[in-house]
Parts: sequence; C-alpha cells; structure tokens
Amino acid sequence: MSAIARILTPTGATLVALVLVVIALWFGAAIGETSIPFDVVAKAVANRLWAAGYPIAAIDEGIVWSYRLSRAVVAACCGASLALSGLVLQSLLRNPLADPYIMGISAGASTGAVAVVLLGFGAGFLSLPLGAFLGAVLAFLLVSLLASRAGKGSAAIILAGVAGSQLFNALTSFIVTKSANAEQARGIMFWLLGNLSGVRWPDVWLCLPVTLLGLIVCLLHARSLDAFAFGTRSAASLGVSVGRVYCTSIAVSAVMTATLVSLVGSIGFVGLVVPHAARLLVGTRHNRLIPVATFGGAIFMILCDVLSRVLLKGQVLPIGVVTALIGAPVFAVLLLERRAKV
Amino acid sequence: MRLEARNVSWKAGGLAIVEEISIAVETGEFLGIIGPNGSGKSTLMGLLAGLIRPKRGEVLLEEKPIAAIDRRQLARHLALVEQLSDTTERMSARQVVELGRTTYLSLQSPWSGEDDHIVGQALGAVDMADKQDRLWHTLSGGERQRLHIARALAQQPDILLLDEPTNHLDISHQLGLLDLVCRQNLTVVAALHDLNHAAMFCDRLAVLSQGRLVTVGAPEEVLTADLLSKVFSVTASVERNDEGKVHLRYERSRG
Repeated sequence: MSAIARILTPTGATLVALVLVVIALWFGAAIGETSIPFDVVAKAVANRLWAAGYPIAAIDEGIVWSYRLSRAVVAACCGASLALSGLVLQSLLRNPLADPYIMGISAGASTGAVAVVLLGFGAGFLSLPLGAFLGAVLAFLLVSLLASRAGKGSAAIILAGVAGSQLFNALTSFIVTKSANAEQARGIMFWLLGNLSGVRWPDVWLCLPVTLLGLIVCLLHARSLDAFAFGTRSAASLGVSVGRVYCTSIAVSAVMTATLVSLVGSIGFVGLVVPHAARLLVGTRHNRLIPVATFGGAIFMILCDVLSRVLLKGQVLPIGVVTALIGAPVFAVLLLERRAKV
Repeated sequence: MRLEARNVSWKAGGLAIVEEISIAVETGEFLGIIGPNGSGKSTLMGLLAGLIRPKRGEVLLEEKPIAAIDRRQLARHLALVEQLSDTTERMSARQVVELGRTTYLSLQSPWSGEDDHIVGQALGAVDMADKQDRLWHTLSGGERQRLHIARALAQQPDILLLDEPTNHLDISHQLGLLDLVCRQNLTVVAALHDLNHAAMFCDRLAVLSQGRLVTVGAPEEVLTADLLSKVFSVTASVERNDEGKVHLRYERSRG
C-alpha cells in the first residue's frame, strides 16, 4: 500500500477530492480566451446561487455562469463517468486494456449521430445527442446479446465488443463516405474526437444525476469488485453474486458512457488511463479506488478542457487530443515510479 | 456439516463430464477425490461448491439444496481453493486473505477489529504472518497457495473444498500444505493427484473414472493393484506400514 493510501481513509479521501474538484471548477470558470479574475468568478457564482448582489460586469457574470461553469461541470461529469466506467470494466473483466468503449458504445454513438445528421433519421425529431444515445444503446445491447450467447467470461465480452465496434465503425465510415460533403465530414470528425463547446446548464442536469447515480451504485459494489481480483469463480466462492454484479455494473457504466458520449463525443484515454493512475496511487481496494478515480477523472478533464481553450490562440483543440497529449506523459512517469518502487 | 451430491450429472457440449454421481462427506471427515486426468474431478468440485449447476440431480448442504441457498450464506459454510488461482493486481499477502471476509461485510457491518483479528489468525495458521506485507507477485507458488488456504480459513467455513491444491508445489510444500489442512479440524473435500498423498491424509477416497464414481471407501480398501491397473493404467504393488496405511510402489511399464 502506498503512503497516500495509508494516510487517507475513504471518507477523508472523498473530502479532499471534493475540495480539489471545486478548485478545478474555479479554474475552469476563470481561465479562457478572456481571463476573468478568481474573485469575480466567486462573486458571479454567489450572485447566481443566492442573489448576493455583488456589483460585477454583467458580461463577466454571463460568461462565467452561462458558458464556462456549465462547461466545466459537464467536463467534470464526463471525466468522472469515463474513469469510473473504465475502472469497473477493468476490474470485472480483469483486463488492463478495457475502457468504457469496449462494449461498442462509442462506435454505436457515432453511427447514431451520423445517421441523424447525414441520413436524416428521425425526420427532424431526433437531435444529434439523442441519435447518438440511441446508437450507443443499440450497439451495447447487440454486443451484450452476442457476449451472452458466445458463452460466459470476460473473453466473450471483449471479443463481442471488438466485433460490435468494428461493425458500427464501418457503418459510420460507410455513411460518411456515401453522404457527407467535406464540410460535414470535418464537423463529424471534430465531434467524434470530443467537443465540449456548446454544452449548457440543461446538459448539466442530465449528466450530473447520471454520474452521481453511477458513483453510488459502484460504491455499493466496492467489496464485490475487490473479490474479482482472482476471477469470477473465486468471486463466486467468496459469496459474490457474480451474475448480478456483472449485469448491474456493466449496465451502469454503459448508461454513464452512452449519456456522455452522446453529449460531447467519444473522448479517449481518460477511461483507460485514469483508473490505472488511481491504482498506482492508492492500491487495489475499490472503496478507495472508486472515489480517487472518479474525482481524479473529473479534475483531469476540467484541466484538459482549460488547456484545450488556451493552448492555441483563437482556436479550440479537440479535447481528446489534449487528454492524450497531457495524459500519456503523466502516465509514463507514474509507470516508471512504480517500477522504481518494486 | 454434511455435504452430499445426489445423482448429479453435468454435460459440456453434449459430452457427459460427470454422470450420476452420489457421494456424501460427513462432518469432520477428510474425503479425497482421485482419478486420472479428465475423469471429472474438477467438475465435481465445482458442483459441490455450487459454482456450476448440475444438469440433473442436486447438491445438498445439511439436506438443503445449495441452489436454494444465497451465495453469501453459502460462502460462510463452504470455502474453495483452486489450483493456481492468480491475479495481476498489486495486492499484499494480507489483502488477499482479507478477501475471505467479503461474505461477512456489508453497509451495516463494515470492516472491524474482529475481521483484522480473524485475518491475522488465518495468516498465522499458514505460517505467513511475517510475510503479510509482501506483494503477491513477489511470492513463491507455495506461499501463494498457503495464502489461498488462509483466505479460505478467513471465510470461517465448515467445509473446505480443495481442487488439486498441491499442483506445482515441491514435495515438502505438498506435504506441508496437506498437513496444514488436516490440522484445521474442518470437514475437507480435496481432489488430489498424488495417490500416496491421498492415502496418507484422507479418511476416505472416492475414485472417479470417465465421469463415473467407481468406488468409495477407506484408502486401504480402495487402493488395490487391480483398481490401479484398471482406472489409472499403472502397475503398482500396494504395501502397508505398521499402522495399516497403504503405500504404492509404481513399476515401470514394459513394452
């Protein structure tokens, strides 16, 4: 167990993480093309939350509240959900390469999105996010069905996911090639790489409950997830209802991922690497891992979003590019440190 | 506690792996299950542990079908140790043993000092207390298997199920492990490969061949030259020591 794990109790860790998330949100609301001082951010939030009536410029208040804060909260939910889904899937499937998209969710979402935008599915009643969500759920159900028919165990799930993802990715490419002009294709590429611009408060009220619900369900399963360390047979003989835990956990991570992907596109790297970083920091116990991965993912994503706005002047980078550009070196350092500790 | 398989059968891909086996283990008994490779030992262990459901027949714990017993409750009566169960997680020895307490923990009863005490005792019972902080991947095969036994002991079961627990261990660790299990005063069912070990430690032996139960009884009744030739296809002479325990001396096959 690392030093950090020994000092922090689960409750203590959660409190520290919450404080850090608030600080990150603060940063997220302050930094951007026009920098807004931190005290103005605090005042703007106070004005909106309990009508404090601080005299600040209406335009600053508008930027902080309507654009940046909602965006930062969605970024936080997104990072948290992806990291949590990745953690749960890695533990259940006992595969370090498992990520939230392993069940075909991101591929399905992209197919759903292009079907709505390019083929006009839903005749105007379906928005892009709703189309993406339906595509994600459809892909997930197909992959689950295939996995359950192909036999039990993690190999069946992973292979079914590969088949499903390939199918839906091919469908997306097919539709794009057949129907898109260059401009549309570029727009869809951008969306697929992850894009937080355009999220507003209604999106927050969708993401936040889903993320919190996912967090609670996973925390309730923390002990059961620990028991999967030696595989499903071992978990069962330790008293875990393997089938129930599999179904609940995978369904919860699918709902979280599908919701987020449909709003902001499929942001890579976070769901794969944040769980590993959390393991390197606090060990293998899920009552610590779950809060650390969740809040770590949230903070990481807020910071990546800030960077995506300031790295290139006058241009917003796709956030998936930033998560990988920042995340990969950080992860490399953690890996090297772990080697030094053995 | 009494564990009984009643006419259990199990098939995989249309092939009968276990056929119509009825066997019971009595309280306090050490029952060995022996048979050549592919005779259905592991499947029978899985059936007894409730990990797989028989296609026909049933497994009963104190006359109650285990299919009707909640997994959590079942884990408080039955603990299973498999051969070579491994993890890629960076767990300490103590954390592995702590997993044994899973079945007793819930929101209402979180981890307590008593759990720590039980885990400490289990580590002591397998002589691993001084290595409790070592990481799993730095331990030897024998040490890992002893930790699995400790994890099973931490479940505080009535019955210990062991599926070829001594595979891949050197001879002193094989004997040490079985001796350790014997000293726990539990009801034990163990699938074993080495017939001399089975004869040395078990109260009764059940012999499987091609998914069927050939015979069951005390080692000195069961292990005859005739049975060894028929079931295991080996020629051996059966010797007895002063206490009446049998010992097998295998002969090289000729031709």
